[in-house]
Amino acid sequence: MTGVAIVAKGLTRRFGGFTAVDAVTFDVRAGEVFGFLGANGAGKTTAIRILTGLLAPSSGAASVAGFDVYREREAIKRSIGYMSQRFSLYNDLTVRENIRLYGTIYGLSASVIRARTDNLLERLRLGESGSKRVGTLPLGWKQKLAFSVALLHQPRIVFLDEPTGGVDPVTRRQFWELIYGAAGQGTTVFVTTHYMDEAEYCDRLGIMVAGRLDALGTPHELKERFGAGSMDEVFLRLARSGAPAGAAA
Amino acid sequence: MKRSSAFLGLLQKEARHILRDRRTLAVIVLMPIIQVVLFGYAIRTDVEDIRLAIVDPEPDAATHALRTRLGASGLFRIVAVERSTDGLNALFASGAAQQAVVFERGFGDRLESARAARIQIITDAAEPNTGTAMQNYADALIRDHEGELREGTGPPPIAADVRMRFNPTRESSNLFVPGLIAFVITIISALMTAISLAREKETGTMEVLLVSPLRPVEIIAGKVAPYLLVGLATVVLVIIEARLIFGVPLRGSAVLLLAEGVLFTVTSLSLGILISARTPSQRVAMTAVLAGTMLPTVMLSGFIFPLESLPTPLRLISAVIPARWFVEIARGIMLKGVGLDHLWQESLVLVGMTGVLLMASMRSFRVRLD
Repeated sequence: MTGVAIVAKGLTRRFGGFTAVDAVTFDVRAGEVFGFLGANGAGKTTAIRILTGLLAPSSGAASVAGFDVYREREAIKRSIGYMSQRFSLYNDLTVRENIRLYGTIYGLSASVIRARTDNLLERLRLGESGSKRVGTLPLGWKQKLAFSVALLHQPRIVFLDEPTGGVDPVTRRQFWELIYGAAGQGTTVFVTTHYMDEAEYCDRLGIMVAGRLDALGTPHELKERFGAGSMDEVFLRLARSGAPAGAAA
Repeated sequence: MKRSSAFLGLLQKEARHILRDRRTLAVIVLMPIIQVVLFGYAIRTDVEDIRLAIVDPEPDAATHALRTRLGASGLFRIVAVERSTDGLNALFASGAAQQAVVFERGFGDRLESARAARIQIITDAAEPNTGTAMQNYADALIRDHEGELREGTGPPPIAADVRMRFNPTRESSNLFVPGLIAFVITIISALMTAISLAREKETGTMEVLLVSPLRPVEIIAGKVAPYLLVGLATVVLVIIEARLIFGVPLRGSAVLLLAEGVLFTVTSLSLGILISARTPSQRVAMTAVLAGTMLPTVMLSGFIFPLESLPTPLRLISAVIPARWFVEIARGIMLKGVGLDHLWQESLVLVGMTGVLLMASMRSFRVRLD
């Protein structure tokens, strides 16, 4: 797939009288690392739920991997990987059992699963831990494992919802190397984060404030537009004012 | 084909969860087995080895015959034979005697001259149920003896069937087993599914399953199916155990009983799903299940308290409790040996409830997605 991975036009989701996502328009190019920022309650999670096929939008249009979010949710689910901020593997299953479970859920054959498992364990240098229960691994390893499992079926787009919450800086750095590795192989990465240093790692950023996408651009562009020295400043300025400033795509 | 292997993967995973959590598994399987023994002895309303004091002011052949009969019945142990009632208070107060049979003076003479020979039965009724039972035993035994004397056939050797008639042990332990089956199914199906679904929600793995190509129905089915198996296996164990220890019969069709068991299991599973869909954590789910299904199952299904003895409002409430209908069905099959021709109404009620709950639980699961 070349060109765009995700397109959203006027995407809106209301819960009763509350508009969680308000006419959001953006696109994510294939193979890019797209950062999705916003304070808690700004609508990030709702937007992700729509894009992952969990939630239908109220109005507007969007497509993910070329599939429509209204009509082709099943196809979307097959084309994406997902990792949540909460740890998403089973602690009482071994590393290999977890991998095999996700493999079968995504319809991979036993031989493919076996080959990719060996490959994955080798890459993460977890070779000898394959038969350990996941619960016994350190958090950093678990998160890397969860990320690799989310990529097991080689999705075109992977959604990461605050993947590095509660992880030390060194591990976070390693985690981002994995992200770059995936992007380098052509996987589109859609990642939300609270860490502004991570925002700097992204190719492009979208910042949500109160349901609206208030800023969109590369980290460099955004810093220039707001006359700020760091993403931290950009974010704080946007979040505090709550005022739209240069929403464009 | 891929779909089915994905589903099998889910089943396998759930089976691993169950098998790896040895402690929970042990509780699930052992608890009902222990409960059969506990309830079997605890819920029995019969009393054995009653400490009996005899007051016989003028012993004669007739009083001796009755005394022998009481002593040989197997129900009573004669702890004292007194000439007067003076010592009775002390015997009762110390607990040495639980019951006293007091013959009137000239008991034999009056009996021979066909006048009313009176006997007084005094019972320690500190525990009303036990007291009533003891009273009934003594009364029945004496009436029986009396009846035989009247017929003039002379006291026959005390036959085993006489004992059976007065010993409702088997009857009372029979009654609790169907209730226990309902209880076991409720615990395993409703409680365990609610907890395991809530756990996935709590840890975040549910989100991952939901984002996957698996359909919600598959996710739920994959989660609950293993519990259905564990539940039914435990039910079979309970039935066998009750039969071995208490001789509880299975007079009707085992197939029908299992089918109704599956039906009731699905009812309870739906309740578990419904509850877990509406609760944020394992702990809340557990409390909700305990209050919402187990308490009614114990209190209002006729398991422990007979429905007839419930106050009218509670009896009306019991009509909406699935366990009550299942207990009735299971009692019918196990104890009366009746089939669907007698139980179709109860079964239909259960089918209806299951349908409604199943739909509600699927709906609540879907609503949670949106």
